Amino acid sequence: MKALRKFLDNIKPHVQPGGKFEKFHSTFDAFETFLFVPDTVTHKGSHIRDAIDLKRTMSVVVIALIPALLFGMYNVGYWHFASLGKEVTFMQTFIFGFFKVLPLVIVSYVSGLGVEFIFAQIRGHEVNEGFLVSGMLIPLVMPVDVPLWMVAVATIFAVTIGKEAFGGTGMNIFNPALLARAFIFFAYPAKITGDYIWTAGLSGGTGIVDGFSGATPLGLASAGQMDKIPAINELLLGFIPGSIGETSKIAILIGAVILLVTGIGSWRIMLSGLLGGLIMTLIFNAAGANAYMELSPMTQILMGSFLFGIVFMATDPVTAAQTKRGKWIYGFLVGMFAIMIRVFNPAYPEGTMLAILLMNAFAPLIDHYVIEANISKRLKRATKASNL
Amino acid sequence: MSEDKNTKEPMFSAKIAKILTRPFNLENPITVQVLGICSALAVTVQMKPAIVMALSVTVVTAFSNLIISTLRNTIPSRIRIIVQLVVVAALVIIVDQVLKAYVYDISKKLSVFVGLIITNCILMGRLEAFAMAQKPWPSFVDGIGNGIGYGMILITVGFFRELLGSGKIFGIDVVPQFLYDAGYVSNGLMILPPMALITIGVIIWLQRSKNRELIDKS
Repeated sequence: MKALRKFLDNIKPHVQPGGKFEKFHSTFDAFETFLFVPDTVTHKGSHIRDAIDLKRTMSVVVIALIPALLFGMYNVGYWHFASLGKEVTFMQTFIFGFFKVLPLVIVSYVSGLGVEFIFAQIRGHEVNEGFLVSGMLIPLVMPVDVPLWMVAVATIFAVTIGKEAFGGTGMNIFNPALLARAFIFFAYPAKITGDYIWTAGLSGGTGIVDGFSGATPLGLASAGQMDKIPAINELLLGFIPGSIGETSKIAILIGAVILLVTGIGSWRIMLSGLLGGLIMTLIFNAAGANAYMELSPMTQILMGSFLFGIVFMATDPVTAAQTKRGKWIYGFLVGMFAIMIRVFNPAYPEGTMLAILLMNAFAPLIDHYVIEANISKRLKRATKASNL
Repeated sequence: MSEDKNTKEPMFSAKIAKILTRPFNLENPITVQVLGICSALAVTVQMKPAIVMALSVTVVTAFSNLIISTLRNTIPSRIRIIVQLVVVAALVIIVDQVLKAYVYDISKKLSVFVGLIITNCILMGRLEAFAMAQKPWPSFVDGIGNGIGYGMILITVGFFRELLGSGKIFGIDVVPQFLYDAGYVSNGLMILPPMALITIGVIIWLQRSKNRELIDKS
């Protein structure tokens, strides 16, 4: 650690303004603050500086994602060997999944951070840390068999168009990770929908066990095969095919607890999102027009990426609503639309991604009206008081 | 601009050249004035329709500018929009008939968008802003310039959408087969209208980062 500090201190004078490598100031700064707590102090006036800056905030989210990631790796191996009908040890399963998922993580980070660094250099500001989380989220929302170059293209698109065009971290209107997924979803639909892409090596593989389908619970539901949907406890544990990070609800809940305890994720959005999903399901249950509508609320909530989206994506502090009341409305609508899209539209088996992107677009409007309502309420109270 | 009837302008002066080239960059109808966006989104999936559309708009803008500019002193200002529309509509019908006669399949691809040139904001904009107050020759040149400015963007967008969306240029495959064998897939999103909007957005972004005076003050 000391050697590292010394190394950085040696470089530091050269990259400060006026130094030889002044151009690389932002790059250096990014690494320095990532490795050590920045020693920036306030010079003027009295401000309270929290020790937790954006980088630490993002690191906590990444830590919260680790359980889902680890389980995702195991699940990848589990389904791969299940499709081949092989019995293997726990470690073999995990290691297979590890080497399947790791390239996705690396590609996502390298391409995304590459764009971030390039823009930081061009614009001469420090590298924004927002991508630390997005880079982890992107592989978690992908099917395991997605080609790596697609991940790279989608990540570059999401960071450039979704984030840098709007001014970088904190300015983006859409969640970059979801944008990357939506990009692949619309640009290369064959690689992100269907029954064959969720298990490593299933499409075009040889030696697949007879009768192995690889369909996700959502795929089964939209195909009308309600009796084949796994039981609640399987959905909860996560031994189901699906995107890498979304399958184990327990891992997601561990992440949710980390986010809630540290106060980084908004409990209002998570709770209202859950409520929105539950209420929509109950409305569908009451209507009961088809088998999909009659699915129990528990199954609906645990299927697909609903929980993953609500916990990690809807709560993105930049793209979510900012006001307290706005958060309730925003989360509630995310939950409602997620269930609504998946039940009504067979072309989109999973609605969570589209629901969150839609509500991302509406979040500023919600905030605007919440603030306006508050202003007019207080004005009314003030005029009433002055009239007395 | 004031009209000076006594001095005779030469046919190709520096002023005329400026009128012609202004819409290419700093007064581009699509990226700067943000006019005529709808057709730019609709007909840019492939290069061929984009080029035909660009030509049609150029012809219609140039000649409607010319005709309106010749008539400008006789048009009563209260009914000028109607007169302009009649002229534009007549020209659009001629263009439409020509397209139907000579390039029928492209005309079918362009479908209503040729007819919709009538409502293209670039036309009305140039007629109102330029042709009503200028002599015929500068007006004609202005029409050509704006048509080309519009066409440049259309063709650029069409180029990228056709290349990335279907791997072709003018309907000819340009992406080599070994890339497909290696797992390359054409980007389906490029064919959808949102990507046309994003492509134009990127062009606007690049243009404004080069010409910083175009950036809106906020």
